Amino acid sequence: MKAKIVITPKKAVLDPQGKTVQNALEQMGYKGVTGVHIGKYIEIDLAPGADKAAAQQALNAAAHKFLSNPVIEDYKLEIE
Amino acid sequence: MNFAVLQFPASNCDQDAIHAIRLLGHSARYVWHKDNSLGDADAVIVPGGFSYGDYLRCGAIARFSPVMQAVKQFADNGGLVLGICNGFQVLTEAGLLPGALIRNRDLQFHCEHIYLKTATPDSPFTNRIPAGKILRVPIAHGEGCYFADEETLAKLKANNQILWQYCDADGNLTDTANPNGAVQNIAGICNERRNVAGLMPHPERASEPALGSDDGKWIFESLFAAAKGESAGIKNPA
Repeated sequence: MKAKIVITPKKAVLDPQGKTVQNALEQMGYKGVTGVHIGKYIEIDLAPGADKAAAQQALNAAAHKFLSNPVIEDYKLEIE
Repeated sequence: MNFAVLQFPASNCDQDAIHAIRLLGHSARYVWHKDNSLGDADAVIVPGGFSYGDYLRCGAIARFSPVMQAVKQFADNGGLVLGICNGFQVLTEAGLLPGALIRNRDLQFHCEHIYLKTATPDSPFTNRIPAGKILRVPIAHGEGCYFADEETLAKLKANNQILWQYCDADGNLTDTANPNGAVQNIAGICNERRNVAGLMPHPERASEPALGSDDGKWIFESLFAAAKGESAGIKNPA
């Protein structure tokens, strides 16, 4: 079982990395790029046979409390 | 006055803090991050560095170190806590201070002297700073851009929680004087109760003339004065 967490900067937060990459894409000739936002991807391996609902709950708490900073980031959690 | 200076894996300004405090005539002691007690401390310094390699986010892992439970209790009891640079990041991650520190807007690591305007003398961290004096202090950070949402910023202003702002040599809060893009040039803040503060610049690296500036000593002098004024018996239960 694997948990996949995508962490992205909140829209209100300055994302100079995203802007820099956007500028670079434009300079490379890619047209029509209206925004770039750079986040984080975390994969967590879970022992097989774990209870999916319990894992979802526990990892949600971990994502909110530790893996992301809710002041500046949003996250999406998927368990498969 | 007894200072407890925390040490996390990869803290690197702990020795500077100890040195500055002792130079200014007070006691300071290292406290390892795995300790559950601060011992006999009148104040806590959370020092600069790259705790845990800045992995995940700066200060994100250090904030869960065992010693931080003791720091939280100490702060809840009104104890004085000062976070410097990475220490400021640890305190925001721990929720002891509002807001967050993010990547400098120009994506550069800034290692230079900056000027600070003290926004209010009304705190244990600023009460001895000579009125109108612009402090020249070094910064050394890649993630020092202070961010807080509109609601939090409004509260900070209403409660007079902004302690220091980046300014030019004449004390003007200009954009050019802002090294990292921090909202409203905020370099340091305190909590509502005014016993916990954090700042990105390094006063412990500007407390003796040989280092190019001793303006940082005023922040320590403020702490010494505050501790005396409060009571001789501010002790953290061991």
